Amino acid sequence: MTKSVNIKREILVRKAAATGQYIFLSIAAILSIFPFIWIIIGTTNASKDITMGKLTFGNQLAANFNNLIKVGDVWLCLKNTTILAFSITVASILVCSLAGYGFVVFRSKKKDRFFSLILLSMMIPTSSLMVPLFRMFSRMHLLNTKLGVALPALSTAFLIFFFRQNTKSFPYETIQAARIDGLSELGIFFRIYMPMMKPTYSAAAIITFMSSWNNYMWPLVSLQTKDQRTLPLLISSLGSAYTPDFGIIMIGIVITTIPSALVFFLMQKSFVQGMMGSVK
Amino acid sequence: MSKTTTRKKFLFHLNSWGFVIPAIVLFLWFNLLPMIQSFITSLQKGKGTVTTFGGLSNYARLFRDPVFIRATGNTLTYLMIQVPIMLVLALILAAMLNNPKLRFRGFYRTAIFLPCVTSLVAYSLLFKSMFAVDGVFNQFLMNLHIISEPIPWLLNTIWAKAVIIMAITWRWTGYNMIFYLSALQNIDHSIYEAAKVDGAGALHSFWKITVPMLKPVILLTAIMSTTGTLQIFDEVVNITNGGPANSTVSISQYIYNLLFKYVPDFGYASTVSYAIFFMVAVLSLIQFKVSGDKNDKIS
Repeated sequence: MTKSVNIKREILVRKAAATGQYIFLSIAAILSIFPFIWIIIGTTNASKDITMGKLTFGNQLAANFNNLIKVGDVWLCLKNTTILAFSITVASILVCSLAGYGFVVFRSKKKDRFFSLILLSMMIPTSSLMVPLFRMFSRMHLLNTKLGVALPALSTAFLIFFFRQNTKSFPYETIQAARIDGLSELGIFFRIYMPMMKPTYSAAAIITFMSSWNNYMWPLVSLQTKDQRTLPLLISSLGSAYTPDFGIIMIGIVITTIPSALVFFLMQKSFVQGMMGSVK
Repeated sequence: MSKTTTRKKFLFHLNSWGFVIPAIVLFLWFNLLPMIQSFITSLQKGKGTVTTFGGLSNYARLFRDPVFIRATGNTLTYLMIQVPIMLVLALILAAMLNNPKLRFRGFYRTAIFLPCVTSLVAYSLLFKSMFAVDGVFNQFLMNLHIISEPIPWLLNTIWAKAVIIMAITWRWTGYNMIFYLSALQNIDHSIYEAAKVDGAGALHSFWKITVPMLKPVILLTAIMSTTGTLQIFDEVVNITNGGPANSTVSISQYIYNLLFKYVPDFGYASTVSYAIFFMVAVLSLIQFKVSGDKNDKIS
């Protein structure tokens, strides 16, 4: 008797827990998605309606877009951001994957020491580097240039760590076989390692592209003229106006977000694959 | 004979160092060298280009500087409230989404990860617009009768901090969840089945299996979030710009202000930079120590 009651109670508890779980997940999902709906509705409304919390579509889309083009050269900012994000992604992945590979395949005590030093530098906050890099780059006449924005972003502890970690699971016999076949060390890296590690490269590319696309602090410090501005700098300057026009800002946010969202969704599968290799 | 072997050895060394040299040079040049220069600068007194050697006087000034103390207090408040809430939320969500029988799994996962595709500046401005006095968030709360009058979110010293904490949590929870999810893939499901047979409930197996197995990843995310939140800059600058009355200003923003808002005081700005570096280093080391024995490193 009591046993069957207990079982019934247990089934009820399980059911309640399962429902609770769905409710919890649904709330989390709604909270995550709502701001996106909010931006899209916002692009069609006037600033006044946005700050009044209007949740229906308006007819201000074209007006907002025209106003945005009037206050800032969006296309130039888009071009600057694109050039920077692509070149930083390609260059830093090349530099860091070479290093990650080198630290594993040509392992030595001295190199291990360098690697520990690089790993420790993960603790150096970017904001600590702001002052000395600003002074260094002003002496080198690299302020307000794209090269100046890119240089500090090329060798990152995280990417080196990421590639080193993934190289560990790379079959060493493949490298030895390629050596016997007479391939040079660089040839092995470019023709065998790179194609085989595609998921790792995709994951690294997504992370690097998104972070350099959205980079704010160092460009804010180093880029001073309007013709060098990136998209985050543009929308930030719109937002800090005395009476910010949120209609314009919403369009700016959409233009800034679409490219990084596209990159993420097009490469999502390889991203998860690549991440799985590294978090073991 | 021996000549060719030494030549071969030399070539091998050249090759092997060639792979790591570009990264090491760039690292030394743009990470280590600036930190050394920064330390030398932090010992100098005076504004603009007129400077004299001041010893540790800048460091003493830190403790008398009300804005620095305020900024440190604010930053630590963000850290202590936001990081635990976010990591616990991420862990719970990951544990729920790891259940293969869950329906709409892909949808939930994508939805919760979605905020991570936004740029920090973009979502900050988004939150600024949602938390206006007549804004959508206040209307929502009023329609639900949770509040009767609109809360002046960004004009109140405490609520402004709350908005920043909510904003960071919105942006980063899904990011941390992905780390946990991919680590959970490596836990064999039969362990959970076995625990179930032994009569362990869902909560019990969460604490006794999931959390211990994820310890290295939890450490990794804890360190990443701690260093990230200690350096918080984009959100504060774009949501509140440090206001009202410096109640949300962060250390990184203070460094920026010392450089660009006033006559540049490079010496003192470098000192504040070192202060934040020490905080990051000390907290990371504590987390390494707390995380227990030497055997489970992240690598």
